[in-house]
Amino acid sequence: MSIAIRANRLTPYMFMAPAVLILVVALLYPIGYMVYASFLDWSPSQRIGEADFVGLRNYANLLTDEAFRESFWVTIKFASVVVTLEMIIGVGLALLLDRNIRGMSMLRTIFILPMMIAPIVVGLMWRYMYHPTVGIFNRTLKSLGFEEGIPWLSDSTWSFVAVVIADVWQWTPFIFILSLAAMQSLPRSALEAAEIDGATGWQKIWMIKLPLMMPVLIVTLLLRLIDAFKVLEVILVLTNGGPGLSTEIVALRIFRTAQEFQELGEAAAMSNSLLMLLMALTIGMFVFNKIQEGRAERMRLAANQEAH
Amino acid sequence: MPKIVLEGLVKRYGSIEVLHGIDLEMQENEFTVFVGPSGCGKSTTLRMIAGLESVTEGEIYVDGKPVSHLEPKARDLAMVFQDYALYPHMNVAKNMSFALRLQRRPKAEIDEKVSAVAATLGLTPYLNRKPGALSGGQRQRVAMGRALTRDSATFLFDEPLSNLDAKLRGEMRAELALMSERVQKNMIYVTHDQIEAMTLADRIVVMNGGYIQQQGSPEELFKHPVNKFVAGFLGMPPMNFLDGVISNRDGKAFVEGAGFSIALPPEKTAVALSHPAKDVTLGIRPSDLVYDPAARDEHALSLSIVVSEYIGAQTVLLCDCGGQKVEVELKSTIPIDKSGQLRFAINPEGIHLFDQKTENAL
Repeated sequence: MSIAIRANRLTPYMFMAPAVLILVVALLYPIGYMVYASFLDWSPSQRIGEADFVGLRNYANLLTDEAFRESFWVTIKFASVVVTLEMIIGVGLALLLDRNIRGMSMLRTIFILPMMIAPIVVGLMWRYMYHPTVGIFNRTLKSLGFEEGIPWLSDSTWSFVAVVIADVWQWTPFIFILSLAAMQSLPRSALEAAEIDGATGWQKIWMIKLPLMMPVLIVTLLLRLIDAFKVLEVILVLTNGGPGLSTEIVALRIFRTAQEFQELGEAAAMSNSLLMLLMALTIGMFVFNKIQEGRAERMRLAANQEAH
Repeated sequence: MPKIVLEGLVKRYGSIEVLHGIDLEMQENEFTVFVGPSGCGKSTTLRMIAGLESVTEGEIYVDGKPVSHLEPKARDLAMVFQDYALYPHMNVAKNMSFALRLQRRPKAEIDEKVSAVAATLGLTPYLNRKPGALSGGQRQRVAMGRALTRDSATFLFDEPLSNLDAKLRGEMRAELALMSERVQKNMIYVTHDQIEAMTLADRIVVMNGGYIQQQGSPEELFKHPVNKFVAGFLGMPPMNFLDGVISNRDGKAFVEGAGFSIALPPEKTAVALSHPAKDVTLGIRPSDLVYDPAARDEHALSLSIVVSEYIGAQTVLLCDCGGQKVEVELKSTIPIDKSGQLRFAINPEGIHLFDQKTENAL
């Protein structure tokens, strides 16, 4: 083989090299570092080389760690509650607003504003609104005659409700905007056909619109679920995980294990557990997409064979 | 089956009026075809009958009852859409039975109806397929089947064949004609294809610019078009138009123009001579021009060939007559001298006259 041909073969890899390099440095190295750290008993005062190798002890500790299990449970509860609420409200709003209203583009922009605010700011904003005496909620309740007010952030049940409300406020627009886009790309004529076939408004929603939107809705749901598992800032600012462990989600637990308890190895092990869970979700999404594509492909092939 | 009447139907979008008062009576079990160029208002009219567009002014009567305020589902009609409008997530059987399932008919009845219609349309092997796994022609059939299963009094078709390739379109057109004879229902059909209109219709309604230009049987419209638009729209190749002036030679009427001077047949003489305007357009269909080297001047056109299009048994010749274009058809077997002048005799019954200004027939 001549040198020229060999150089030709290498050309594509040379073009890819910069991207691969960045990927390795920015992604694979930190992840590898974290995986390695999860096998160490490592405090921030040590260099990584000085830390003791402890094998799977960090992971074993997690299984018996009451607080971690609690925060894992809180995370799952939080993620499922907020994503369910956001899906229902987001899709519902999209169904309501899928019509030609004057100034719709303006409305849409206003709707997605919450998504554009930095999470820290959202947390601060809601903390002031939840304030027991001067916050808008309790002041309103007071003016309506409820002198007591609600202990938004100091009661373990209410604080969970409070963080759920804040998250729903911030992320419903995401689902709204995606489902609205999905809805507006539905085939108009199929809906008209349904109208002529005698479908009522509800029947059109249940039998035509939602089934047709399902692929988009499932991907949206998984994206939101992955995000909800990683939520940190808003809760950090709002409740800092309290009272007790009532709102301490895993991300917050990891943050505190590393910062306050100085257990880098254990924090890394927690991160890995979360990563594995998210990985499972992502793979789930990927597989779902593959199945969809495969089905579409098979259908196309079948149709083409018929045609010839 | 009901009689459908449109009365003074007007449609406005904001300040733009797209239909300017449509009056039409469709008889029972009649196959009515709305035909016209894009944007003439034919689809809008159909969608107003279906209830998919609101009526701005006027009224639609079905069996004497006004229906323009009713929802589509209350009007007892079925519709076939241009893009088929099948429900992509349902298989063929579910697509066809959708309306019946909404009516909560017994399952046995639904199955029976679906399999009967599927059998007539040759869809039985595909009942479990989704629309995505069907070819264009099959989807078209399913759309038709969905309408048939419903057993509605009226069928609406919105350019149902325009997404098919030419060969399939011809086949489906024949099947549609068969079907309409078999089911005996009101059919209202919209198309921009004059061949579909001519072959399928009991009554053709030619529309242009939001007005009905003319309505009647295909033969009536072909033989006696009321204006230049209708004359030019129906028939393939289209009618030739030659501008000229009416003159009176000893009581005989002639139309004279650049390169021709044609004597009008006796039955046209009186109208032509009494018509106030002298500037007219002579209309002659290609099929009314017969190759005849011996034809007399006053009954013939002398043409020189510009382009000759061989299409098999026939050859279409695009010719020049004193600067105006004329198309003629000729059997390909007739030997002609393509470089010289050819004489074509005019069939006297095929002479149409239109006022140049108003474009109305004389």
